[in-house]
Amino acid sequence: MLTIQEVEHVALLARLELSAEEKKMYAQQLGDILAYAQKLNQLNTQDVPPTAHVLPLKNVFRDDEAGEHLPPEKVLANAPDKEGQFFKVPRIV
Amino acid sequence: MQLYYLPVHELHTMLAKRQISAEELCRAFFERIDSVEEKLKAYVTLTRENALEQAREIDRRIAGGEQISPLGGIPVAVKDNLCTEGVRTTCSSKILYNFVPPYSATVIKKLNAAGAVILGKTNMDEFAMGSSTENSGFFPTNNPWDPERVPGGSSGGSAVAVAAGEAAAALGSDTGGSIRQPAALCGVVGLKPTYGAVSRFGLVAFASSLDQIGPLTRDVTDCALVMNVIAGHDPLDSTSAPGQAPDYTGYLKNDVRGLKIGVPKEYMGEGISPAVKQVIERALATLATLGAEIEETSLPHSEYALPAYYLIAPAEASSNLARYDGVRYGYRAEGAADVVEMFMRTRSLGFGPEVKRRIMLGTYALSAGYYDAYYLKALKVRTLIKQDFDRAFARYDVLLSPTTPSPAFKKGEKMADPLQMYMSDICTLAVNLAGLPGISVPAGFVDGLPVGMQLIGKPFDEGTLLRVAYTFEQNTDYHKARPGI
Amino acid sequence: MEYEAVIGLEVHVELKTKTKIFCSSTTEFGGEPNTHTCPVCLGLPGVLPVLNKKVLEYAIRAALALNCEIAEYSKFDRKNYYYPDMPKNYQISQYDLPLARNGYLDIEIEGRTRRIGITRVHMEEDTGKLVHQGTITTTPYSLVDYNRAGVPLIEIVSEPDLRSPEEARVYMEKLRSIIQYTGVSDCKMEEGSLRCDANVSVRPKGAKEFGTKTEIKNMNSFRALYRALSYEVQRQIDVLEEGGRIVQETRTWDEGRGVTLPMRSKEEAHDYRYFPEPDLVPLVIDRQWVEEIRAALPELPDQRRQRYIRDFGLPAYDASVLTATVELADYFEACVARYPDAKTVSNWVMGELARLLNAHNMEITQCRITPEQLADMLRLIDQGTISGKIAKTVFEEMFVTGNHPEKIVREKGLVQITDEGAIATVVEEVMAKNPKVVEDYRAGKEKALGFLVGQVMKATRGKANPEIVNRLFKERL
Repeated sequence: MLTIQEVEHVALLARLELSAEEKKMYAQQLGDILAYAQKLNQLNTQDVPPTAHVLPLKNVFRDDEAGEHLPPEKVLANAPDKEGQFFKVPRIV
Repeated sequence: MQLYYLPVHELHTMLAKRQISAEELCRAFFERIDSVEEKLKAYVTLTRENALEQAREIDRRIAGGEQISPLGGIPVAVKDNLCTEGVRTTCSSKILYNFVPPYSATVIKKLNAAGAVILGKTNMDEFAMGSSTENSGFFPTNNPWDPERVPGGSSGGSAVAVAAGEAAAALGSDTGGSIRQPAALCGVVGLKPTYGAVSRFGLVAFASSLDQIGPLTRDVTDCALVMNVIAGHDPLDSTSAPGQAPDYTGYLKNDVRGLKIGVPKEYMGEGISPAVKQVIERALATLATLGAEIEETSLPHSEYALPAYYLIAPAEASSNLARYDGVRYGYRAEGAADVVEMFMRTRSLGFGPEVKRRIMLGTYALSAGYYDAYYLKALKVRTLIKQDFDRAFARYDVLLSPTTPSPAFKKGEKMADPLQMYMSDICTLAVNLAGLPGISVPAGFVDGLPVGMQLIGKPFDEGTLLRVAYTFEQNTDYHKARPGI
Repeated sequence: MEYEAVIGLEVHVELKTKTKIFCSSTTEFGGEPNTHTCPVCLGLPGVLPVLNKKVLEYAIRAALALNCEIAEYSKFDRKNYYYPDMPKNYQISQYDLPLARNGYLDIEIEGRTRRIGITRVHMEEDTGKLVHQGTITTTPYSLVDYNRAGVPLIEIVSEPDLRSPEEARVYMEKLRSIIQYTGVSDCKMEEGSLRCDANVSVRPKGAKEFGTKTEIKNMNSFRALYRALSYEVQRQIDVLEEGGRIVQETRTWDEGRGVTLPMRSKEEAHDYRYFPEPDLVPLVIDRQWVEEIRAALPELPDQRRQRYIRDFGLPAYDASVLTATVELADYFEACVARYPDAKTVSNWVMGELARLLNAHNMEITQCRITPEQLADMLRLIDQGTISGKIAKTVFEEMFVTGNHPEKIVREKGLVQITDEGAIATVVEEVMAKNPKVVEDYRAGKEKALGFLVGQVMKATRGKANPEIVNRLFKERL
């Protein structure tokens, strides 16, 4: 089981506001899943390389050629709030 | 049989022979949708007007003497995590409830170019996280074989649409079994292609190194026809395999003589229901009769696939889902005093519990002090799992297993226990970790519920999967069964 | 106690490729808000990055110019943190396998050469821009423009080898000069194509251990860098002298108040949760390609400086100033090609030309005096057509109008008077009008001659040949 403080720290990193019940629930559930994940420690992986990509691809590039921009009305069409051609957000600090 | 229950290749013949118009076909499907959708809830969004317009366009082309392609005029459904320009794309999440993409996914462009008629966007577990479609942020989808049961997930809406005649074929996405598992539980064919075979551009990412788009269809021939349209290199996806995709219909041969099929004992052991095991054993007997050589084999690291998956997928997801913050699109919580508060509230109200659970888990696994113990460890175990398959494929042409440990379960049955729900994918997860192709085909019934058989292939050897699946299908009748809805 | 500063710089340079690092939107500076964007750089759901090959080439070129080793195998990672100017709330960057490592550059400080280590060079994407009413702390809300989001950057991290704000400034100038020479960036601090953060600590002079460091941000000019570091070093010394402890923190330079201030932020301790970018494939960098890029590197500032000393016989100081930017050095060489007395050209370029550019706040590229015109003007002096003094007037006119010196001399009647008879007449007039001064000179007051010469120049509006004037006076006195 995770501590409530650990849950709160992770929630802040992930930008999630959790209720007291949610914190309790996730402390329990994440603890269970992580305990289950401990199973991996049965394996000695000292000399095993990690696999981040399954395909043996490398050096995929595009050429430095300009494409089309989205017209501004489409850029902003989904914006929850805007001002002129800017997206608008509450104050930063 | 009703029009809406015919496979794509038969509908194509009727269209080509002008026995029916694309518009009539489209209307027939919408009638079917109108009659069963209330009970099944397969769709999040229907695009009736667009679809009819697309159908009439095909009719004009047919009238003009044009040869239409195999998907021309065929009514299809697409999972709601594929971006469709001008049509709402929600991932069944409140956080994207109003998102209308200004661009289309590569697979959507290919469907459009092939003349397919898109009927609508199908329901799913929110952001493809789940195995029952109960995690949809809007409503659950019901299994047409028993509406009290789940259709599987996360591509539950697509599987139901095909199974219940609400679409002739559908696209889904598969990150840990999300095409194959619902295909099995709904009695249709579902293929997860090799990682890199189908472009991911425009697929809303869940776990980028595992996600693939693939078809859900009534039979194996239809599966090959859809693959012919969607597969192939895309310069917009750096992880897209180079080179041209093959003609998948070329592999549809009724012949498995001499093929070596390995049956991993770990996939037939504890946790698999005896009834499902029986179905698979009968299927093996059928294939043996047809001339395949069948042997038991072992994938010794199988039991580690689930824990490795549930570190890797959530870690990638925690990063992929960071962009849903209420700034550029989607839902925004009102009344926040500053940006941090706006982000936190937007995400807390916009995401459902399973998505939050996985974001929390993935954030934890990547955070300072835990990266090596959890995330890096899981990537190393991923290597071991991949090596298991490499060794097996040195001896066998394909591997065969059940797709799921049991048939469709009751709604609500596994919602309280995430780990129990995750177990639904124990036969399918490892295939994504290794990037291999996997197909589920109808292999029998248990108590009137469909059971799927999974075939796993070598990288980019969808061909052999299709060949075995086709041969099995030609010698059985399970794919012809239709739910009584 | 005597302290020394320990400073390391993290410099961000925008690369001037045509398009962004992972999509085909333009990198052009300016433009209406959010018009240089596409689904990819806006981070819309479902989009994927594809690396612009030119970015890799430019980054390799810059890293080679900084004497780095180019990695055989490199990859991209995601740096995860939330900020509204980041479309995906993660930045695609490079973490444990950067493009290049172990470089250096040499700086000249008080006549000595110091070698400053470069830890690493890596590629990443830029963020968008936030617009505030007033400042970030007073604005009621902020506006976001993603035009810069996805513009390619290289980050150049130095070793903590710099020992004073002056060294940091010189390092930064040298770095800018080198990068600019390679042609991969404009390096304009005012447009943000060159940016710098600093890690600063102090320790008792001679100590081996590092002190606790602070990170300083928001230094938008070379002057700001120098002032901010000077302030911060002194602040830390003051804290330690008063028996306090340095807090490890990020501080921002307040240009108006001339102080560094702790950044007020709800941000938790940095935990960027780096992991390999799954949407991009690894880079296996071809050695032959690297050698081709190395072979094609242009002459760099140090080499050019040496050449100026060796081939043009210039003093080291002149050579350094003239080679600081490619444009200035190119201009200088174009002049020398037409007027081979390099030291004379150097005096004019570093003197009058630099003064005028500075006074008009102009770059050498905006200068209207062509190298041909400058060379022609110098020849007018040599030919005796104009005096050196008149030449300054002519030069200023050339600078303002862009006219050819001969035209200016002709139209303004500035041709030097060399007719001895005409000058003699004026000399005699001046002597007649100033008998007292003439007497003073004859009595041994050498300085009096200057006054008399001055009177002649005044009467001829500076056009009399000064040598002839001097000679004529001496003959008559």
